[in-house]
Amino acid sequence: MEAGRSPNIEILSNADFLGLDGKAGDFTAKVRLRPRYIDADKCTACGLCTKYCPRHLVDEYNEGLALTRPIHIDYPQAVPATYFIDPDACMHLQHGTCKICVPVCRSKAIDFDQKAETRQINVGAVIMSPGFGRVPEEALTKYSYGDHPDVVTSLEFERLLNPSGPFMGEVRCISDKRHPKNIAFIQCVGSRDLGCNNGYCSSVCCMYAIKEAMVAKEHDPDCEITVYYMDMRTQGKDFDAARTRAEEQFGIKFVRAKVADVMPWERQLKLTYATMDGKHHFEGYDMVVLSVGLDSPADAKNLAKTGAFDLNHYDFCKTSTFAPLASSHDGVLVAGAFQGPKDIPESVTQSSAAAGLVSGLIKKQRGKGVVTKTYPDEQAVAEDDEVRIGVFVCHCGINIAGVVDVAKVANYAGEMEDVTYYAESLYSCSQDAQEVLKQRIKEHRLNRVVIAACSPRTHEPLFQETLKDAGLNRSLFEMVNIRDHCSWVHANEPAAATDKSMDLVRMGVAKARNIKPLPEQTVPVTTKALVLGGGIAGMTAALNMADQGFQTYIVEKNGQLGGQLLKQHYTLQGDKVADLVKDVTGKIKKNKLIEVFTDADLSAVNGFVGNFTSTITVGKKETSVDHGIIVVATGGKYHQPETVLGAKLPDSKAIVTQNELEKQLAGKGKTRAPKSAVMIQCAGSRGDDLAYCSKTCCNDAVKNALKIKEINSASQVVVLYREMRTYGYAEDAYREAREKGVIFIPYAKDQMPKIDKKGAKAEVSFHDPILLEDVTIAPDQVILSVGIVPEDTEDISKLLKIPINADRFFLEAHVKLRPVEMPVAGVYVCGLAHAPKPLDEIIVQAQAAAAKAAIPLVKGYVSVEPTVSNVDKDACIGCGLCESLCPYKAIQIHKIDKKRKAETIVASCKGCGICASHCPTFAISMGGFTDEQITAQIKAFGEMREE
Amino acid sequence: MAQAKNKGAGAVMVVGGGVAGVQAALDLTELGYYVYLVEKSAAIGGAMAQLDKTFPTNDCSL
Ligand SMILES: Cc1cc2nc3c(=O)[nH]c(=O)nc-3n(C[C@H](O)[C@H](O)[C@H](O)COP(=O)(O)OP(=O)(O)OC[C@H]3O[C@@H](n4cnc5c(N)ncnc54)[C@H](O)[C@@H]3O)c2cc1C
Ligand code: SF4
Ligand code: SF4
Repeated sequence: MEAGRSPNIEILSNADFLGLDGKAGDFTAKVRLRPRYIDADKCTACGLCTKYCPRHLVDEYNEGLALTRPIHIDYPQAVPATYFIDPDACMHLQHGTCKICVPVCRSKAIDFDQKAETRQINVGAVIMSPGFGRVPEEALTKYSYGDHPDVVTSLEFERLLNPSGPFMGEVRCISDKRHPKNIAFIQCVGSRDLGCNNGYCSSVCCMYAIKEAMVAKEHDPDCEITVYYMDMRTQGKDFDAARTRAEEQFGIKFVRAKVADVMPWERQLKLTYATMDGKHHFEGYDMVVLSVGLDSPADAKNLAKTGAFDLNHYDFCKTSTFAPLASSHDGVLVAGAFQGPKDIPESVTQSSAAAGLVSGLIKKQRGKGVVTKTYPDEQAVAEDDEVRIGVFVCHCGINIAGVVDVAKVANYAGEMEDVTYYAESLYSCSQDAQEVLKQRIKEHRLNRVVIAACSPRTHEPLFQETLKDAGLNRSLFEMVNIRDHCSWVHANEPAAATDKSMDLVRMGVAKARNIKPLPEQTVPVTTKALVLGGGIAGMTAALNMADQGFQTYIVEKNGQLGGQLLKQHYTLQGDKVADLVKDVTGKIKKNKLIEVFTDADLSAVNGFVGNFTSTITVGKKETSVDHGIIVVATGGKYHQPETVLGAKLPDSKAIVTQNELEKQLAGKGKTRAPKSAVMIQCAGSRGDDLAYCSKTCCNDAVKNALKIKEINSASQVVVLYREMRTYGYAEDAYREAREKGVIFIPYAKDQMPKIDKKGAKAEVSFHDPILLEDVTIAPDQVILSVGIVPEDTEDISKLLKIPINADRFFLEAHVKLRPVEMPVAGVYVCGLAHAPKPLDEIIVQAQAAAAKAAIPLVKGYVSVEPTVSNVDKDACIGCGLCESLCPYKAIQIHKIDKKRKAETIVASCKGCGICASHCPTFAISMGGFTDEQITAQIKAFGEMREE
Repeated sequence: MAQAKNKGAGAVMVVGGGVAGVQAALDLTELGYYVYLVEKSAAIGGAMAQLDKTFPTNDCSL
């Protein structure tokens, strides 16, 4: 993981957060570092100690499904990659005996004299991200968890599915190792359950159950899987599609039922469940998976006391709708599952947002604490200089050397032309190996380095860093993967694996002969931002950019800022929307760094990350502005459905939308609440006009139903729904609505209610699955929960060359890791333009977009990867194929001396090579992967080795 | 790489080294701040390090 390499992140692991004094901008935190009993600088993570340690210990990392030793590391890629000794289990630390590990460790890393150390650390702000905890035992034991080994939690099941898990990724019953023929998933275990004081919905378990079920099916297609649920809450972007795939492609069954209990029954488990109609059923299963919820962390109360902030009634960090990441303690922010149960994409979004907020909070101190690394001057390597290649072959402990004859490979390399130096190393990636590498480069005046080891994906940056430290251009490097490609895949054929390693090294050396230094380029940026759209997302992003010190333009097409919020009145949590709009627009007006263009159109955008020039048109007046980044916050609007419940919607005044009802209820009239109302969920969504779930309409229905009840408790409200997706804390309101007499009746997709016009009224007919009867009612009002559609994304997609998905929302660069970035560098997205979501999530996403967008502006430049495309102007015929194919808008046709020629915008190029592979005249070459280099490599492949 | 020096108020403390904490730390350094990442257990990564594949993209975790 990247975090382990940054010179500006100090990882204090095995540590406790003990105190916080001072105030925002100037805190003193107290942290205790517990001893690892192993010297991190010496430990090479070879694993010998674990092999010798005589004592067994239950492996928590594998959810107790495997054994480890007191001295261990959880998994090989752990950061920090230092072993540690569990003091509660170690025989020496407990009883003063043993100490076998001390002589075993070749690096002399074991140090039983280490003591706990307490540090006082001065910081400007704190971000709390302690994640989530385990649900109470009693939520599990009621399903025979603990009584029968084949009842497992979803986390345990996750380990079972993992190739590095206890059965190497095979799904087997814990009891007798047989492959289960059928598996049941029970949803909402420890969630939506007041019995264990977890009234909220954990938001992620429906989705991960679908994922786990699908992965299990991939492992064993004959295994039957049934998911027992109350509501499938797959409200996230494209999540419903996953559920459909699970059902249609994988044959996973979904049964809406409440599981009463699970009993051991011969070799199996007997599940008793009740369907909606109140009937009880029994079914036998080989394995039962409990989809456990996310609880608050076990030490939440302590943390809150130490950090002096408040918790909510479920012991998660308390925050508000309008400031979702601010704890009650100024300068202490929160991100991730501790803010409320959530998945990885949302956790990551919150983290970026929190980082951006901190960046605004303590901007005066920006850059004061950071370490900037300096490198020696780069040694010049000219075209006709003698080629001096150094080859280093890595043992990777026993990872490679256990199969491949490393000495033979190294000696073979030594005989090759131009190889001036060769060596073996135990762990090429270790700290001391970097020192050795640096020395050898200097001693032997090496000007090309080939390392035969593991994957360039993980280690290339490290080695290139060492090259730079040795004064060598980092492109003068070639990596050969003899671990994944040889010792791992040919583990049982050591001779063949060694042969293949030699072939690969020969090819690597052949390529290395032809590599040339590539320039390290940076492009300066204009430190200004442009935000497109002046709704709450755009305004929030703009304010945060300005807070961080950057001048920002807002381009809004309407006459006024506020967007959709101008049509809304109150939130589910009871906040007044008008207060927010007033507060934010007021702040924007006062902020000298923000310039607002209303009634405006972004008519042209030219340039690239760091250097955009745009034209803003207001009426007839055109203004040209320079800016470094663009935040797209063009929002969405309520969908006006034509098809509802699979039929054409009748035209009747008695039929209104939730938003229209909200306006009516926010008024003053005594009779503003209908005496009887039927709300129709998913009206126009999830299969009617729109394919997707709009995420917010269930909350809106509950909000308005509660409002009706508040105004007139005698009003009758019926909500017809597919699934109530009141995820997270909104589950509280859903429960309250039921307690107050709102009637919720589910309908199935194949048995949809019908709306007809009946005089001045509208009539709704539906099947009641509880009474098993067909019912027809003619309420005062029929209220449609219509979905959300994006606003004009097609035009903007063309203007900025950014992609949209099938539902016309903008498609982010990576759903999990880069949720607010667009594939085109320098363009960010947030709010409804990205996907439907409630207000608090919009605010967070806007803050996250502002944080990410600020990164190039803070740096003042964008650095360009050396591997970019390069156009030979003489060979280019200006056909424009490359321009039309580049996914990043990084190659463009310009007129040069009246001729059309392609030109790379290095700041945007990602080095994917699509252009080079399509150019009809081979005019494009990729730095680091030239035709010359690749051909040399292929030729070397064909050469025979002399035995 | 132990750094005993105090980085002063230009530094930020992140408590909890799961996917949320790690992402916050990375973004903070990019925004020009020094980060102390405090993790209770022996390694960072949190729950995500235990997961096999993760939705929505179902590629592997780290
Ligand atoms: C079975 C299961 C499957 C899942 N599958 C998926 C999936 O496929 N896709 C998806 O998006 N999400 C999935 N999730 C949800 C995902 O795990 C969470 O969204 C994510 O882990 C939250 O990250 P976090 O950093 O907030 O918390 P965590 O991952 O819990 O990390 C918190 C970190 O803080 C540390 N810590 C705790 N207290 C302290 C303290 N006092 N001091 C210092 N450090 C502390 C912990 O040791 C831990 O390292 C799944 C969850 C479960 C239970
Ligand atoms: S002292 Fe013994 S039990 Fe403790 S870690 Fe070392 S080898 Fe294991
Ligand atoms: S409804 Fe909520 S609590 Fe229940 S399983 Fe689905 S996500 Fe988890």
